[in-house]
Amino acid sequence: MSGTGEPARADVCVLACARAWHGDGAILASPMGLIPTLGARLARATFAPDLLLTDGEAHLLDSGGNVEGWLPYRQVFTMVAAGRRHVMMGAAQIDSRGNQNISCIGPWERPKAQLLGVRGAPGNTVNHATSYWVPRHSRRVFTGQVDMVCGVGTDRGAVDLRVVVTNLAVLDFGGPGRVMRLVSAHPDVEVALVLRETGFDLVVPAEVPVTPLPSPAELEIIARLDPEGQRHREVP
Amino acid sequence: MPGLSEATSEGSRRAAADGLSGATEERGSIAREEAAHSPEATGNGARGSAAREGAAPEAPRSEREAPGIPRLTPDEVVARLRDGMTIGIGGWGSRRKPMALVRAILRSPLRDLTIVAYAGPDVGLLAASGQARRIVTGFASLDSIALEPHFRNARQAGTVELTELDEGMLHWGLLAAAHRLPFLPIRAGLGSDVMRVNPQLRTVRSPYADGEELVAMPALRLDAALVHMNRADAAGNGQYLGPDPYFDDLFCLAAGQAYLSCEQVVPALAGPPQSLLVNRAMVHGVCETPGGAHFTACPPDYGRDEEFQRRYAASAASPQAWQEFRERYLSGDEAAYQKAVAAGDPS
Repeated sequence: MSGTGEPARADVCVLACARAWHGDGAILASPMGLIPTLGARLARATFAPDLLLTDGEAHLLDSGGNVEGWLPYRQVFTMVAAGRRHVMMGAAQIDSRGNQNISCIGPWERPKAQLLGVRGAPGNTVNHATSYWVPRHSRRVFTGQVDMVCGVGTDRGAVDLRVVVTNLAVLDFGGPGRVMRLVSAHPDVEVALVLRETGFDLVVPAEVPVTPLPSPAELEIIARLDPEGQRHREVP
Repeated sequence: MPGLSEATSEGSRRAAADGLSGATEERGSIAREEAAHSPEATGNGARGSAAREGAAPEAPRSEREAPGIPRLTPDEVVARLRDGMTIGIGGWGSRRKPMALVRAILRSPLRDLTIVAYAGPDVGLLAASGQARRIVTGFASLDSIALEPHFRNARQAGTVELTELDEGMLHWGLLAAAHRLPFLPIRAGLGSDVMRVNPQLRTVRSPYADGEELVAMPALRLDAALVHMNRADAAGNGQYLGPDPYFDDLFCLAAGQAYLSCEQVVPALAGPPQSLLVNRAMVHGVCETPGGAHFTACPPDYGRDEEFQRRYAASAASPQAWQEFRERYLSGDEAAYQKAVAAGDPS
């Protein structure tokens, strides 16, 4: 928890997610999961005021929580195809090129674990900006080869892969040949830990910056958006 | 598409030969004709005239009854379905699903069904009962519970086949079928393993200067569609009052025969005209089933029954748990189901 003046890890993650939408203008932000949702709302409350956000159903809500538009699923698909969207999805597996799996683990014909299904990941990644949120950075997730390519990576036609935010670090696809690269490590996270928890070779800059900390004003907004502190349960 | 080619009539076998989806127009038109001459159709006229109250001058009763569609019970709807059919189910996840009709399928001997849906407990129940041989979807979710547990069990046990598509591809396949097009081009799927697990999918190159390669998403033709609305009139017009139409109109138009269940059949539909999602030309039978979407959400009439949904999800924990759930809630008719739900948690 914050309160000691030092931002909690979850708050660092919320800001890192928020920064994914920096400079996006008036497009639909589609965060999947709690911390990306807090990130998108923080982004709109600060540096990305034009973002469109839904209530998770068919309403677009303005920053005051008032309905400002209607976006049923069929219209979401149109926004996807129009490229006017930046999604932040989860990933059960992701490889060094950003190929992502949320469908199933094991052979597709008879999976060991059936997960969500491909959902909209194939269409998202070939149409518009895509980022990822991984609450537990591990070799199981960051793997050499995913079992089912749902979201496509930079080697399979992704149009605009942005960042991967995890509980440990921020990564992007700025490595040579558009492979995954370490952008920053969160406060108190050793780079060696990030490498140990990643199942493929990461491109690591000579100097790894620390992920930016939220300002007191940003912390205040985050606390207001999540007064019960649910984010600390997702990232302790 | 595998499994979209499995409907029962000759027409669908022809369609199957070209690798596209297989439900037939013929089946639907036959069913529609049968429906128009069924005994239920004659009972429909009185309610139909009520819907036109205030319209002057009054047409003779026989004329007003002529275009009527039958008012059916859930079991009568299911009696019109056949083994091996490709059936589309409206709603999304655990939202506004025609659950009373799904429960009626569970009471029936129907088998070998291919279910096309934005899947929720409809698909979970039909996978658990073994009546769905194949599911065509992009996901199966209970929304507030991320993974549909019965679908999950069936996939992991290998007891159900899957045609896994991007959500947008499913939309496009329904739109193509509704528009009587063989396919519609879409970017979704390119480069992904959707192409690997659906080897029948083809791409098409734009004939224009851009020359772009796109997925040729085949029409998802349906033998039958089942949808649930908040309101309907006796003529077969349907109205949703919640925030999202989902794709229920496309399911109806993509199908040879479409059945509309609703919370309430009213004499005259009120409210904004854009809420009148399906019209009587798309529908072959109306079914009044109060609570018919339970336990999925059907706002503004009711929200999702989260407590009951948790009980449903828990029934996937073991074959015994499923057996107990089935006996408690699904062994009787719809009235018995609603009564068992009202009785509350047995544990």
